[in-house]
Amino acid sequence: MSGYMSGILAILAINIIFAYGIYLSVATGQLNLGGAGFQAVGAYAAAYLSATYGFPVFLTLLSGLLLSGVFGFAIALPILRTRGVYLVLATFAFAEVIAGALLNSDTFGGAMGISVPGYVEWYVPVIIAAVVTLFVFYIMSTRFGLNMRAIHDDEEVSDLMGVPIRKVKVIAFSMGAALAGLAGGLYAHTFTFVEVQSFNAILSIYVLLYVLLGGTQTAWGPLAGATFFTLLPEVLRDLLPATKTFLVGLFGDAENVAPPDESWRFVILGVLTVLMMVFRPEGLITRPMLAHLRLRKPSARNPGGEVLE
Amino acid sequence: MSSAQPLLSVNAVSKSFGGLQVISDVSFDVESGSRIALIGPNGAGKTTIFNLISGVYTPDSGSISFDGADITAVPSRKRIGLGLARSFQNIRLMPHLSVVENIMLGQQSHASGPSDMALPLFRRSRSRREAEDLLASMGLGTFPGDVVATLPYGIRKKIEVVRALAAKPKLLMLDEPAAGLNPAETASLRDFLITISETGTTILIVEHDMGLVRSLCEEAVVLNFGSKIYEGSTKYVQDDPLVLEAYLGSRHVKDHVVAGGADA
Repeated sequence: MSGYMSGILAILAINIIFAYGIYLSVATGQLNLGGAGFQAVGAYAAAYLSATYGFPVFLTLLSGLLLSGVFGFAIALPILRTRGVYLVLATFAFAEVIAGALLNSDTFGGAMGISVPGYVEWYVPVIIAAVVTLFVFYIMSTRFGLNMRAIHDDEEVSDLMGVPIRKVKVIAFSMGAALAGLAGGLYAHTFTFVEVQSFNAILSIYVLLYVLLGGTQTAWGPLAGATFFTLLPEVLRDLLPATKTFLVGLFGDAENVAPPDESWRFVILGVLTVLMMVFRPEGLITRPMLAHLRLRKPSARNPGGEVLE
Repeated sequence: MSSAQPLLSVNAVSKSFGGLQVISDVSFDVESGSRIALIGPNGAGKTTIFNLISGVYTPDSGSISFDGADITAVPSRKRIGLGLARSFQNIRLMPHLSVVENIMLGQQSHASGPSDMALPLFRRSRSRREAEDLLASMGLGTFPGDVVATLPYGIRKKIEVVRALAAKPKLLMLDEPAAGLNPAETASLRDFLITISETGTTILIVEHDMGLVRSLCEEAVVLNFGSKIYEGSTKYVQDDPLVLEAYLGSRHVKDHVVAGGADA
């Protein structure tokens, strides 16, 4: 496999794990804009343990996961009191605090970052991403997952049904933070270098976009969102010059075409994001959509539109 | 049927929001196995009484006891486990969950401990089978897998009652279950509720459809402006002068109105 392809696969796997981390909190109605903070905790924990103590990779990854989970737990309790935009801001502030602390700490290399001696091949994140995906699908199929989705829909009624709202929210948020930390650890070992600048607000926004645009109703959403938005810029990398050559070719002069500006990729990404918000406000993958796909099968019991009254 | 003490007892409960006295000194009992209607004009405080009983609000004064124990201080989340389930005036099903998942949510109070929380709700799991059986026995077995948001109003209204039933409550509280239903649907709802009642479930119902109230309930509690103005048989409820006045205004004597509003 080419270095380019394995690099893309590794990034894709890391993004999927990261997206699932954010998904677990979003699925309980807690919009989490602190993704970069949790990923930084996991990445720096793994990098530091690997560089300073020479820990083996599986231990550094585990430590990153656990430490980020502990951070998540510590954040989850106070943010139970916040709602809506205040919750988003609180998680965002957490990420900024983590970045600020890392930037000003000599132990963690400050603005210089840390070189990570342990390196993992592309298949390690891919295998872990597969395990994480199965894990999240399992979680969402349990009564705990049912509680998460119920809280997302209506907290007051969930409470009256006997759902332990605080417990479910805190556990889901902490597990999500742990997964984000795991993604961070894999990031550190894949790129063998961490610096604070890569764990910025844009990263938090992107991962939240993966989840929201992919769809929060099922565990398919983050998988689709992360895959789509990770691969799209790569597809456009080839597609854009080809399109420009073709368009210019229509008017004759196909020989001397300068490659289009890199920023066009982000323009198209932005336009697609807006279009998805307009046409799929509940996300790319929704439950009615999955139900519709299932009903197509001949064994389906009840044809779609046929309801009483 | 009549045990020594009532299943639910509301004792001198008052509640105000800011300066607005919504419930003042309301008391009534619900005997085990009975079907009681809670009626009154719009804004009389019926839903507030429901919210006080289910624990959404805590009363300013007075107490509520259920099944022999004072539950005034019991958190709302724990009350369904005691056997107190309710439906809502505006349908409050979880729109993104399927029908059967909504019913499984109704079973929540019977799920105990981490093992029940971590068990997958696959096709053959006990919870799912029970939920599907319950739906089928209520004539709603056709669409267990459909997402609730896609179903028609009448069906959703009925599913909400079934969700409350899934908790196997001792007392089922229904907030305007017939609102928006046509006469045929209302009749089927009545038969449905009588069936439920015959299995031993006590029913407390808020309803405006007097036809349904009279054919379902033997007794009614009437509220007006947060006070109880009548308690007794549904047969004679519309002969009561205070009730007539609450609904139709004062045709009789002027000072009657003052007396009714102030001390009832």
